[in-house]
Amino acid sequence: MTSLTLVRRIAARPSIVFDALTTPEGIAHWWGPDSGPVLFAETDVRIGGRFKVRFRMLDSTEHESQGEYLEVNPPERLVMTWRWLGREDEDEESRIEIDLRPVNGGTELVFTHALLSSEESRKAHTEGWNGALDKLEKYLGSL
Amino acid sequence: MVNYTDRLDRVFGALVSPARRAILMRLTQTDCASISELAQPVAMTLPAVMKHLDVLEQARLITRAKTGRTMFVRLSPKPMAEALAWLRHYEQFWSGSLDRLVAYAEKKEARARKPLVRKTG
Repeated sequence: MTSLTLVRRIAARPSIVFDALTTPEGIAHWWGPDSGPVLFAETDVRIGGRFKVRFRMLDSTEHESQGEYLEVNPPERLVMTWRWLGREDEDEESRIEIDLRPVNGGTELVFTHALLSSEESRKAHTEGWNGALDKLEKYLGSL
Repeated sequence: MVNYTDRLDRVFGALVSPARRAILMRLTQTDCASISELAQPVAMTLPAVMKHLDVLEQARLITRAKTGRTMFVRLSPKPMAEALAWLRHYEQFWSGSLDRLVAYAEKKEARARKPLVRKTG
């Protein structure tokens, strides 16, 4: 499988990092490869919910990406699909997995971006849906 | 036609094996090599080398052609360049993003701790 993994040690507790990763206000402060501005960020942080972020780069090009949350487990784990909008590779869906581990009052963040083969992409969607259905079942059971 | 994702998966799958990476490294040093030339430095049997070459060929990282009775292997750089471009693109994207995320979260943490310090002090 094609994937990229990055690790960061952060002097902030996992809940603060999780909020920075998922709230529009947090995302506006860091999303994008350079210091160009985030133009808008929307998040619906629950399994099956979606995010959409548009940013401008310093070369003044604008880019938009969106995806669906597959796993939401604050403040430990976040899994989401990833897709560019309006680009020639917009059919290419990938998957982002973020794990947060508390270390010495701070957080170790392990970030993996994986390109999915068609089989894996299908599976990821099924898992996402199963997660959403599990939730629905729980909700209905509690009525 | 094999799509972009599957193509990249095959390239990275092929690169997982140290023996296959050794074969590729050797091919970067010579324009082309015979199969027995490839087998020598990695101390592998010919059938083992053939198997690795099958995987490399499926990933389109090499091409094979027969000249007389000898099979020659040649490096085919395009799929590798494509795979590296994917990695580099997202490495740059997320590396810059995560550096700013770290700075932002640490500022938030410092702010969250301030009132506590005042109360106890």
